[in-house]
Amino acid sequence: MRDVADGAGAPPKPDRDAPILEVRDLRTYIDTDAGVVRAVDGVSFSVMPGETLGIVGESGSGKSVTALSIMKLLPEQGRIAGGEIVFRGRDILGMTGDEVRSLRGSRIAMVFQDPMTSLNPVRRVSDQLVEAAIVHGRHDKASALRRAIALLGRMGISSPERQINSYPHQFSGGMRQRVMLAMGFSNDPLLLLADEPTTALDVTIQAQILDLLRELNSDFGAAIILISHDLGVIANVCRRVVVMYAGEEVEEGTTEALLASPRHPYTWALLNAAPRLDRYTPGQRRLTTIEGTPPDPLNWPKGCRFAPRCPFKIEKCAEHPPLLPSGDGRSSRCWVTQGGRSLPPAAAQVAATSGLVWSRPAATGETILELEGLVKHFSVPKPSLFAPRQAVHAVDGVDLTVRKGETVGLVGESGSGKSTLARLIVRIHEPDAGTIRFAGQDITHASGAAIRPLRRRMQMIFQDPYASLNPRMTAGDIVAEPLRFHGITADEAATSARVGELLGLVGLSPSAAAKYPHEFSGGQRQRISIARALAVSPDLIVADEPISSLDVNIQAQIINLLIDLQERLSLTYLFIAHDLAVVRHVSDRIVVLYLGKVMEIASSGNLFDQPLHPYTRSLISAVPIPDAAVERQRQRMHLQGEPPSALAPPSGCRFRTRCPIAAPRCASEMPPLVEHRPGQWAACHFPGQV
Amino acid sequence: MSELAAAAPVAAPAEPRRLTAAQRWRRRYGLATLGGAIIVLWIIVAIAAPLLAPYPPDLVDVTRRLKPPSSEYWFGTDMLGRDVFSRLLFGARVSLFAGIVVVILGAAFGTLLGGIAAYAGHRAEEALMRFTDLMLCFPPIILAMAIAAAMGIGTLNTMAAMLVVWWPKFARLARSLVLVQRGQEYVEAAHVIGYGPGRVLLKHILPNSIGPLIVLVTLDVGHAIIVFAGLSFLGLGVVPPTPEWGAMVSENRQLVEQWWGATFPGLAILSVVMGFNFLGDGIRDWLDPRARRR
Repeated sequence: MRDVADGAGAPPKPDRDAPILEVRDLRTYIDTDAGVVRAVDGVSFSVMPGETLGIVGESGSGKSVTALSIMKLLPEQGRIAGGEIVFRGRDILGMTGDEVRSLRGSRIAMVFQDPMTSLNPVRRVSDQLVEAAIVHGRHDKASALRRAIALLGRMGISSPERQINSYPHQFSGGMRQRVMLAMGFSNDPLLLLADEPTTALDVTIQAQILDLLRELNSDFGAAIILISHDLGVIANVCRRVVVMYAGEEVEEGTTEALLASPRHPYTWALLNAAPRLDRYTPGQRRLTTIEGTPPDPLNWPKGCRFAPRCPFKIEKCAEHPPLLPSGDGRSSRCWVTQGGRSLPPAAAQVAATSGLVWSRPAATGETILELEGLVKHFSVPKPSLFAPRQAVHAVDGVDLTVRKGETVGLVGESGSGKSTLARLIVRIHEPDAGTIRFAGQDITHASGAAIRPLRRRMQMIFQDPYASLNPRMTAGDIVAEPLRFHGITADEAATSARVGELLGLVGLSPSAAAKYPHEFSGGQRQRISIARALAVSPDLIVADEPISSLDVNIQAQIINLLIDLQERLSLTYLFIAHDLAVVRHVSDRIVVLYLGKVMEIASSGNLFDQPLHPYTRSLISAVPIPDAAVERQRQRMHLQGEPPSALAPPSGCRFRTRCPIAAPRCASEMPPLVEHRPGQWAACHFPGQV
Repeated sequence: MSELAAAAPVAAPAEPRRLTAAQRWRRRYGLATLGGAIIVLWIIVAIAAPLLAPYPPDLVDVTRRLKPPSSEYWFGTDMLGRDVFSRLLFGARVSLFAGIVVVILGAAFGTLLGGIAAYAGHRAEEALMRFTDLMLCFPPIILAMAIAAAMGIGTLNTMAAMLVVWWPKFARLARSLVLVQRGQEYVEAAHVIGYGPGRVLLKHILPNSIGPLIVLVTLDVGHAIIVFAGLSFLGLGVVPPTPEWGAMVSENRQLVEQWWGATFPGLAILSVVMGFNFLGDGIRDWLDPRARRR
């Protein structure tokens, strides 16, 4: 692979001691109808050659706008109102359009968040890669193609000579991200800007891409700026971190030091709001959250921008704090820690703020939901008239029992059938085979009218808070809809009273009823969605990734809300998520799905402490942990490759094609789901051998 | 604001680019307001034609034929001595009525059919959409001629012929809009509440699909008026002596010296079509949040 790194036209080695990129007091403003949004408002950092820098913050904190400013790719309404961006001694802001274009894609490469839209769908991958290589005039067509193939291979795409002729839609999200990386590296960049490159990917694929980023950094010597909302991802790749909040840099330091003892309360909150796989206290179900939402970007607060939400604020916080260095290579924008105070560990804070005692009624043992051999295949159009009929094996024989009052977590990569299973249970889809018994009644093929009374006992919360509410209805009407439909409330007065009650239950004010969904933030919308589900006073709630599109702190707030509601209303949850740490946190039992089949069922503690199935093992090991020291010592068992197509799942054990301990027997014999330990079932011929 | 801009040599002009609310509104919806005003004006004219017209539209006076525009006959007279201005005002009734009715009926039928097709899916969708494509194949003028030959010439017959070919584009658009909405989670949520398919379609899906349809309706009225005028021009629309713009252009088209006979109805058609286009563009901008940002 060295030939790729040191190939013809390698750049002159830059001065090792001078920073390759220096951003000084960058201010980027965006003009909107409502006023000027100061999206980036005084950010400074520098990147040394070959360094890895992480930028972390929640949505709206200005991280992406910072990246776009460096590339001078701002939207029409955006403008850089001040500051300097110096790349190898030259100010990018003073360059002409042509000069900036010659930097983009050659000296500076960028990888975007959404791999589905960043490649041109009507052109072959080869054309796009070759174009990227020759556009800067350092390759001719033949050498560009050779290089593109070498790079694709380097990025971990098998048989690149063949795959390079594919169209983007023939690649999965992870593979497209590899193509984007290959494109970025086609001109030996000195700096790679990666904006949430793994957010849209599964954990297992994320782990592969993060590994790749680290290797690219060490092999090619390119500096990397990695932007992410996930501290775990940052800890995995970066040596230094910049934390952004409300358009400002609030803290900077080496990853290790910053994660071990944050010096800004926002970093502290970010670190503690996300549940961690390696730190788990049984019985401690609530997460540390900070109150409120980020400030209005049109009108940042006068003093410290975090003060309104800060649990540690002091009088001096009314004054805007500068970013002050603290000598040891770190700096923070906080008056509290400036005085030498350190921020307390999270657990103490939780006990102090929540005030609620662990009072959850144990699961009664009464079965509320029973699935037996559930199957759902979706037929897909035949590729040609005489081709055999094809079907996606979305759910392929799932047995599951859910008891009243428990929380069952459902995990697996995308395509594992989690969402389909949820939609089968609430009967948005009709199963092809098997039975669903809900509260003792067989609802497998029940008609709409027959199932209507049961709709009052089971409800669903959806993934996308932007799509799950009808944009033309007010929040009040959305919550009132099930009340009116089922005739739960006697008249309009009773309905609006109940709507107010429900909104209060999920932590919204009754005045929210008159507003439309677009007037709410993502977290608030998810609360409306929960209120709608609660309107019929259900027993079972199927939650399909209810938090996956929310910021870390909002996630924690919603999880705490769900836990509160479960305790107050004795609800049963079927909780689907791809974030294993969250699932471990909320669930009593966890079901691991792979390609439509159950791989393992176990109590949450057993599953994580002593997983039996190799797939469970690899899922757990793929989750990044926001602690640089822990990350280094972890034993990894990364899955190679992508899940096979659900159109033609592998024979025998579905997982065998990616399994590190697969034997010939696995191809011929489908392992049954067997109880290996009390309450722990696994479908594997060699349980617990990895 | 100004001091920050001064500190940054690369920043855009020191003058803030922001416009006042009124300026922004005028820039965005000025043309649409003009279009709306033109349409409202024509509708008033159509309704009040008997009051506004100086002469009855069918009053033949051969002694006063082909008079140029004057204070007596504002837009002159035609070959039979009829007042062009009066005929123009009455013509607005036929043209606007035909255009609006054809588009609204076509849109209603097409939307319903396309919506049902998209929502039902599978075989029903296949059957309904192939039927739609079949209808889309008919050339409107030939079809109108065939219908006129079979049922006789007349305003209603021509409108019927137009309707047959008018609805398929609405069916196509409605189908694609409903397909997008059908996959949204709020539709699934409505199912989970217990709603049946009809209620979901009417209460949730159609209200969220209606925006682009309204835009197409508005833009399309102008088109329908042109097609109707065209059919009348070819002698397939109204029965003489009914005043209609297309027919008026047709009747007076050989008269090169007496330019007023064809020019004024032509300008009337132009103004109405432009009015509907401006209005349609404005509504599209208003409904599309991305266009609204500018």
